[in-house]
Amino acid sequence: MKLKSILSATTVLAMAATTAAADKAEVQFWHAMGGQLGEIVDKFAADYNGGSDSCQINAVYKGNYTENMTAAIAAFRAGEQPHIVQVFEVGTATMMAAGEKGAIYPVHELMADAGVDFDQSAYLPAVVSYYTDTDNKLLSMPFNSSTPVLWYNKTALDAAGVAVPTTWDEVEVAARALKESGVTKPFSFGWQSWSNIENYSAWHNLPVGSEENGFASLETEFTFNNEAVVNHIQRIADMGKEGTFVYGGRRGDSRAQFVNGETALWINSSAYYGGFKKDITEFEFGQAMLPLDTAVADAPQNSIIGGATLWVLQGHESPEYACVADFFQFVSAAEQQAYWHQETGYVPITNAAYDLSQEQKFYESDPMTDTAIKQLSLNTPTPASKGVRFGNFVQVRDIINEELEAVWSGQKDAQTALDEAVARGNKLLRKFEAANK
Amino acid sequence: MQKRVVFRSRLLPYLLVLPQIAITLIFFFWPAYQALESSFFIEDAFGFSRQWVAMQNYVELFQDPSYLRSFKTTLIFGVSVAVMAMSISLGLAVAANRVVKAATGYRTMLIWPYAVAPALAGVIWYFLMNPSLGIVAYWLKNVGVDWNHYLNGDQALLLVIVAAAWKQVSYNFLFFLAGLQSIPKSLIEAAAIDRAGPVRRFWTIVFPLLTPTTFFLLVVNLVYAFFDTFALVHATTEGGPVDATSILVFRVYNTGFIGQDYGSSAAQSVILMGLVIMMTFVQFRFVERKVQY
Repeated sequence: MKLKSILSATTVLAMAATTAAADKAEVQFWHAMGGQLGEIVDKFAADYNGGSDSCQINAVYKGNYTENMTAAIAAFRAGEQPHIVQVFEVGTATMMAAGEKGAIYPVHELMADAGVDFDQSAYLPAVVSYYTDTDNKLLSMPFNSSTPVLWYNKTALDAAGVAVPTTWDEVEVAARALKESGVTKPFSFGWQSWSNIENYSAWHNLPVGSEENGFASLETEFTFNNEAVVNHIQRIADMGKEGTFVYGGRRGDSRAQFVNGETALWINSSAYYGGFKKDITEFEFGQAMLPLDTAVADAPQNSIIGGATLWVLQGHESPEYACVADFFQFVSAAEQQAYWHQETGYVPITNAAYDLSQEQKFYESDPMTDTAIKQLSLNTPTPASKGVRFGNFVQVRDIINEELEAVWSGQKDAQTALDEAVARGNKLLRKFEAANK
Repeated sequence: MQKRVVFRSRLLPYLLVLPQIAITLIFFFWPAYQALESSFFIEDAFGFSRQWVAMQNYVELFQDPSYLRSFKTTLIFGVSVAVMAMSISLGLAVAANRVVKAATGYRTMLIWPYAVAPALAGVIWYFLMNPSLGIVAYWLKNVGVDWNHYLNGDQALLLVIVAAAWKQVSYNFLFFLAGLQSIPKSLIEAAAIDRAGPVRRFWTIVFPLLTPTTFFLLVVNLVYAFFDTFALVHATTEGGPVDATSILVFRVYNTGFIGQDYGSSAAQSVILMGLVIMMTFVQFRFVERKVQY
């Protein structure tokens, strides 16, 4: 009840702030981009509004990804939903399930209804495949996508006399050498479920769950307690015992370790680039492709994305939806996407934006910033590497966090923890299936 | 003789208490009823359908060992926060009560943290104790303590306890200070004439006379620790590592608002409500007897 009233109050405020542009069709756009990212979103909205005489986009920052999604869902239940809401990749299954009940205006339909010429093949396959339905139709508009890469401290690696590792065996060796040369927490990572289970699996073409990682049906079950993942997690746990890996928290908390030089090998999103460029002055850093586990595969498959897309919610007037379609065209245009990519480190979501960045010689002035896009387009995505789509996945990731933390702290071995994570996760999948029948 | 107000109209007294009753009904009973009702259903996030599942949400909770561990965590958390916040603030209040010069200055400074939102209080401490950046973690390292609350559950719990207690100290301080100032000087002077030292005066006169305040604060602090601290945990440890800081109210929040599992979240809030009702009952039934009004 309380939430509802807060929400309607903020909606009223948002509306009051924008009555100035009364004769334009107004579109509410709720996003989760704070700081520098938020400024660019605001710039996009302002640029678009300046160039349009029939549409007004009101971009509103609603907190982090979960807060934004929760706010939009609560608003929908109260009949006060925005037109566009930015939802992170793990919320996809929830949004899709709602789509089947009519809450979502699928992007391919929106574009067709608005008469906008929309070419899905212009987008990167690894990005689009995460958000398409079973008929390969796009449901939400890709906006900010990233993928985990291996960030390294070049200065520290040179001092330790080791090259940038390309396999997990080399990671172990390099971490040992770094430790000896005085790096206190040589190896670490953030968003561990995403980087070390979901992406580790995709990179080696292993499914995380049955039913094509959940894309095919709600009856999916987790399978990430397989031998390869267990060995991988156990390897990191052993590195922890040796002192060459130090856990630095869920999400991006361990970023501090990398920035202040305590950690020299760090696996996390490519979208840290913009911040690193500004914050890291004391050493030379770079990014490389994720290490390969040679015991599992001879060559990497492709990595999967993280980040968010823009979903359109039902329940508004058609002129407003025409504006939404128009705005989507605008933000996905090469110019906007290339700018976004170069400023933030998110991948350019269209081939045109990638080409434009090449033309602008961005990869020469900022070398290796195309690592993420190369990783994503390394091969044509397979059912195991096109993404994951599980219900209640926000909570499942919490479970994985908990179980992995039990491994890092030595309370459980990798097998026990992953078995437990799978069992607990499957319960949530069954619950989601029951709730969304 | 007893003083009595007699209303001329029989309706007027009811009319006068009506706003209070309306507020209680709307803001307490109605949501409480809704929570109770939702706890017997499972529902999809957007609210298109709900299914009656009887006690399933409750059964699942009590089959979850992690949930059961939360009771112990919550108890440790709640009691530690209350004891820590109250003892520190009592100490500060006694000290501030003796200060002659610049007393208002000290008091203002001590009351300040109360204006900080719980989530921010958490973040401040989280930053101070950050293993890579935090100044407190740095000091601890110098005295030989390897601080990493990302990995060490006890340290994480200690961190949220300290943060939650720190935020509550100001509130308690205000009440203790007011309580101390209402103790008649003559009593203390009489005791001093009887050669009772400051410590003895405190324990035999001041502290017993403060018991109504202390009891009130005990109830308030426990309610604060049990209900008000989810934002703090959410902003800092997110319940981890493993489930070391998953207190019950954080689980309610996390399951409902982050996980969109409204049925289970409602069931958890019903359980928590029951727990706090029970606790408050115990406090009034047994602890209040020791209070000297």
